[in-house]
Formats: sequence, C-alpha cells, structure tokens
Amino acid sequence: MNSESSDLVIDVRGLVKNFGHTQVLKGLDLQVMRGEVHAFLGPNGAGKTTTLRLLLGLLRSDGGSMSVLGLDPWSQAADLHRRLAYVPGDVALWPGLSGGEVIDLLGRLHGGIDPARRTELLERFELDPTKKARTYSKGNRQKVALVAALATDAELYLLDEPTAGLDPLMEAQFKECVEQLRDDGRSVLLSSHILSEAEVLSDRVSIIRDGSVVETGTLAQLRHLTRTTMSATVARPPEGVETLTGVYEAKLDGDRFTAQVDAHGVAPLLAALSSAGATALVSHPPTLEQLFLSHYSETGGAP
Amino acid sequence: MTGTWPLVRLALRRDRVLLPAWIIGLSLMVASSVAATRDLYPTQESLTSAAETINATAALVALYGKVYDPTSLGAISLIKLTAFGAAIVGIVFIFIVIRHTRAEEESGRLELVGAGAVGRAAPLTAALIVSMGASLALGVLTALGIGAVGLAWSGAFAFGVSWALAGIVFSAIAAVAAQVMTSARAAIGVGVAAVGAAYALRAVGDLGAADPGWLSWLSPVGWSQQIRPFAGDRWSIALLPIVATAVLVPIAYSLRARRDLGSGLVPERAGPAQGAIGGVMGLAWRLQRGLFIAWALGSALMGMVLGSVAHTIAGLLNSPQMAAFFEALGGSQGLTTMFLAAEIGILGSLVGAYAIAAASRLRSEETAGHVELLLSTPASRLRWATSHLVFACVGSAIIILITGTAIGFAHGLAIGDVGGQVPRLFAASAGQIPAALVIAGIVMLLFGVAPRLVVGAWGLLVAFIVVGEFGSLWQLPQWVLDLSPFAHSPRLPGGDVELGQLALLTGIAAVLLAVGLATWRRRDLRP
Repeated sequence: MNSESSDLVIDVRGLVKNFGHTQVLKGLDLQVMRGEVHAFLGPNGAGKTTTLRLLLGLLRSDGGSMSVLGLDPWSQAADLHRRLAYVPGDVALWPGLSGGEVIDLLGRLHGGIDPARRTELLERFELDPTKKARTYSKGNRQKVALVAALATDAELYLLDEPTAGLDPLMEAQFKECVEQLRDDGRSVLLSSHILSEAEVLSDRVSIIRDGSVVETGTLAQLRHLTRTTMSATVARPPEGVETLTGVYEAKLDGDRFTAQVDAHGVAPLLAALSSAGATALVSHPPTLEQLFLSHYSETGGAP
Repeated sequence: MTGTWPLVRLALRRDRVLLPAWIIGLSLMVASSVAATRDLYPTQESLTSAAETINATAALVALYGKVYDPTSLGAISLIKLTAFGAAIVGIVFIFIVIRHTRAEEESGRLELVGAGAVGRAAPLTAALIVSMGASLALGVLTALGIGAVGLAWSGAFAFGVSWALAGIVFSAIAAVAAQVMTSARAAIGVGVAAVGAAYALRAVGDLGAADPGWLSWLSPVGWSQQIRPFAGDRWSIALLPIVATAVLVPIAYSLRARRDLGSGLVPERAGPAQGAIGGVMGLAWRLQRGLFIAWALGSALMGMVLGSVAHTIAGLLNSPQMAAFFEALGGSQGLTTMFLAAEIGILGSLVGAYAIAAASRLRSEETAGHVELLLSTPASRLRWATSHLVFACVGSAIIILITGTAIGFAHGLAIGDVGGQVPRLFAASAGQIPAALVIAGIVMLLFGVAPRLVVGAWGLLVAFIVVGEFGSLWQLPQWVLDLSPFAHSPRLPGGDVELGQLALLTGIAAVLLAVGLATWRRRDLRP
C-alpha cells in the first residue's frame, strides 16, 4: 500500500482492455514519474481515454497490472481519487447547475478547495460562474472542469485533451497553470493529439498507437528517430550531396538549399555546404509532428 | 419546410421497432378484449346486467366512464379501453413527439441536423407528421381489428377515430410543451401531467349528475369517450379534438419561430456563483426535487379529488335493484370502502411510474457522462447509486402516503370524520409501498446487470398494469397474474392484510436492490 517512496506515480504494465470482441488496449505499458509532466500522445481512437478511465477505476482491466500512486485503481478507487484530479475529454455538466455550483460541488467532494485559488483561476480563464451549464460552450464547459481540477490540491492530475476546446489565449493560460503544477512538484499525465502542446509542456512523452505504447522517452531521446531539417544560402550548387548517405530530399531553389538529414549525415553535409560557399545556415530539430508521423506512416515506423 | 422529408425518414428509421410495436400491440389488445368479452357474456341479459353494474359502480365509472348503451356488446367490451386507452395512447404519442423534438434539441443532435438544408420548423413538422400519421395508422388498424372480430364496422371506425384523435390532440399538446420547456424530461412531464389532468377531469365529470358533467367536455380524454363508439357513434364530437389541434399546432409553430435553438420560452436565468450543493446526496436532491415535488403535489390533488367524491358513490346507484344488490353486499358504506380501495390500488400502481422515473436517473446520469466526472472524485459508486435510490424508494413511499392522507382528509371532510379517516386511509395506502419498492428494485437490477435495458422497466410497468386490468378477462393463468407485484398488494381499506405477502414483496425488493448495487459496483462505466 505504501509506495510513497516510489518514483513512479503511474506504473502500468501489460494493460489489456476488451470491449466485446474488440481489443482496445493490447498490453499497454506506461510509467509516469513523480513530479513530471508526461504527455500521452496518439491519434483519435488509439486508446488514450480508455487508458485514463482504467487509471481512474471507471473501467475494469482485462489483464496486466496497474498501480496509481501506489494504489489499485479498481479496488481502492475512493482512496485514490482523494489524491488525484481529473478533467474528462468530453466534459458533460448538469444543464441546470451553474458553473460555480459544479466547481464547488466537485471541490467539496474532493474535501474542499481553496477559495482564493478558485477566484484566481476563474479570473485567469475568464469564466463566468453564474451561467447555467446548459448555456456554456464546449470551451467553457472544459474551463469549468479545469478550474475544478486545478483548484484541487492533488498529487496527480489526469487531463484528457484538456485544451481541445480552448482558444489560443486560454491555451497559454493553461500552459502556465501546468508549469505551476510542475514547479510545485505535482505530477501530470496529459493526453493529447495536439503535438505542439505536448512539445512545450511535457518532460517526457509516451506515444500510443492502436492500443499499445510504441515509444517512451524525453523529447531529446525521441529526436534521434527523425531527421533534422537543414537549409542554407549557398554561392554555388553543393556538389555530390545527392550521393551522401543520410541526406534526403536535397533541393536547390536559386541560391537556397534545403535537405533532410540523419544524425550521421550531418557532418558530411556540413562539409559539402561549406565548400559550396554557404553564407547562412539554419537547422531545425524535428518537431513532434514529424516524430509522430514517423510512427504512424507504415513505411517510416519506429526503428 | 425544407428538409422535412429526410427528417421524417430519419424518425421512421429510429422508430422502426418502437412505433410498429406500439401500434400493433395496442390494436391487438383492443381486438383480443372484444373477442374475450363476447365469450364472457353469451346472452343479452348477462351483457346488460354487466353493463348496468358498471354504470352503477362509481369506482368503475370514475376509472373507465359509463357504458352509454348497456345493450351493446361493443360498448361494454371497449369500456376499459375508451378513456383509459385514450390516456395510454396520449402518453405514447407525447413520448414520440418529445423524442423527436425537444430531446433531439437538448442532446445537440438537432444542431447537427439543423446546420444542413433544413428549415427551422422542419423538425417540428417531421415529428408531427410521424406522430399524427402513426395515430391514424393506429386508428385504422384498431378499427380493422374490431371489425375483424365481428362487430359493426361503423362502431369499429368510431372507436378507431376516438383513439386516432386522442393521439393527434396529445401530439399537438406535446408540440407546445416541447417549445415551452428546455429539457425533454420537463416537456414529457408537462405532457403526461396534461394526460393525467384530462383523465381526472373526465373522471369527476362522468361522476356528475349530467350525462356527462361539464368537466368531461374540457378533457381530450372525455372527447374520445363522448364519441361513444357502439352507443350512438356520435361523429360530430370528433370536431372538438380537431379544432383543439388546429388551435394548438399554430401555437407551437409561433412559439418555435420566436425562440432560439436549444432555448425555451423563459430566458435562462443566471445561477449562483457559489455553490451550496454539499455532496452526492445534495446533488441528487437538486436533480430529483422537481420530479418529486410535482408528483407529491399531483398525488395530493388527485387524492383530494377522489376522496371528495367517495361518499357520493351510493347516491349514484341509478337502478333500485343495483342499490338493493349492493345494500346486501354491505350497504352504502361497504360500497364507499370498495371505491376507496380501488382508487388507492390504482394510484399505488401509478406511483410505480414515479419509482421508475426516479431510479432511471441513474442511467440517464451515466449516459449523459455526468457520472464520469462525479466518480473521479472520492465519491463512491455505492453512495452515488444510493443517493438516487433514496428518491425511488423513500420518495415513492412518501408520495403513496401523501395520496392516502389526501384521500382520507377530503373524504373525512365530506363525511365529517377527518380524525378517523386520515389515519385509516394513511394506513391503507401504506400497503401499496412494497410493490413500489419492487418496481424500484427492478430498475436497479437492470441498471446493474443490463444498463441498456433500463428503459424496458416502463414496458414492464405497462404490462403489470394491463395484466392487472385485463388478465382475468383474457383468462390468463393465475401464475401470469401473480407476476405483477401489484397483484400482491392488499386491497385496503376493507380487505385483509396478508403480512406474508407484504414481507415477500419487501424481501424481493431488497434482493433486487442488493443484486443491482453489487453488479453496478463491479461493472464498467458504459456511457
């Protein structure tokens, strides 16, 4: 029961979940360390929400082991829920209740929320708590759930596509809130298919595909998987770059040269560019989008 | 009106099982009742004396209305289906209209549809076409059924028209309710309340000295009755529901034209910025209080109305032989007691509808996705389920006791014995509580074991009530009759209290609730 000393707030191994004859999770592994913001990335239907519901004990697993904050989510749900906060992906509120009533209800169920924190969050997200939930937009319903969760003093925050309905301004506010949580030493598991969001926020990333995690690591660790984009302004066409190993899609447009390059192709390419009289050189590390695509394109799958 | 036909097709596709099942089921019920009644009264004498007994028994007149031609086989065989049947038809079509209008709008699906090439009034038009078309189909099929059994075609079609018009006029009422209320639940509540009011108005009207009293003329259920199939076939009465529909439908359209998608007539008021809901139980009270208060007030009103007419029963015996007959049975007092017991029995089984509505909230909270948010907090599954079951169980008991108290109060006031009648009828109504608990238990069991079938509890309740009403007429075996929990409720006041039966019902309810709760704790959330 007591695993306070453990570094893992979430430890999932070989998790299996079936809905009827469909296997939604096929031996999923997921480890989230204490104090980290962990992004859980995958396209629609990959099993992100199902995983979160299993972590909450709302669904029962058909195989594998799960431990959240050292507890079993199914048999110790209430104890576990005292220590975590959750924002569902599709926030459904009671249409006749005002936003303020929902926030306070969820807060009380969690054992009370800090009124100052509540006020601060309402202002930050520009949410009118007197409106009935029936009249809220999708984004505003999401804000209600976010305020309720963020105002809760929890060790672990499970956020299912929390920014899906937020405008860019609110997304920025949300990012600040998550950074605050990290600074306070809280752990966050954040599911998303918005890669730029995960890129900015997360310490580590797990990529889920078709019911299992295909890759886990820090962004730096995952970046070895894809190619750096290099572009340069050159005095004359660089010679022989097409034949260099590890260099792809080399193109020359006037004096502007671009190419994709593997780690081992960087040094030879730089040499070629330098002998071509390069006057400017820009290199982009792979974005998460590229990383993600490399996992999902059948040909360029994970090595 | 653009886009009406695709919406009609969509509605028919969604209701491809439900609608034919209702129409065929109801018309079969009519045909089989007529056939069974013919076998029941082989001679003209037995028929006439049965009809006169009904007309002389106020409890039966209040429930079913009068047999306007005691010599007519058609009139007596359809007596239980004229007013009572029109009310059931009304409720069915209210559900259908709301299902395709306000419920779609509330769920947001209409927004998706409305963004297509669909006129603003098209969903309302489509719903009315479907439900009024189905009403006509029901009328025709019912008439064909009665005619096929061998009764006169004129009467058969008069009865078909009386049902079709009940369906049409209540569809129009539902169309208005769908514009006024913002939630489907509230709109159905208003529609069902309108059916209840129409039924009660004609009950009091039919008991009046005039034939019928003026209250019956205010009631759509009364109109269906006053067409008097097989007892004059008064076709001209059909104008009343037609005129009412012609007034109500334009009202619904003009209300629709004045409001936004998703809103009602009353603009949404701001709520409190700070919440006072203390927990799961507080939330249940907040979600359940409207239904509970409406039922409590409605039952009190119904109890007062029925209680206040109970003492006049003996005076309504319009034939001296009947009066003598009942005098022999235990006198006018015995007759009043019989009437009270019958009313308490009927109101008791109606509370089953409240028990289902209150307990079904478990399922609607789950499908709406509210439970996911709630159960991610330390609130346990057991506590959450209990919070709604309290309303289904304790709430039903309170409503039943309120009904009994109201009947006792009004009856006591009328005969100058409030102090005696209130405790007597309070105690009598308590006998109905265990059966209501069984109904709540059935919903909980379904919720735990097969949540998608929770809505089937309504079908079971209808089956229990129909079997109770018609089972002996259809000569169903005793074990079928015994399946209904209401068959085991004591007939009080006046009857014997079988404590064993009450204990058995309570025990069954406890087992159903316990098994339901245990399976709910072990199953996946299935929104």
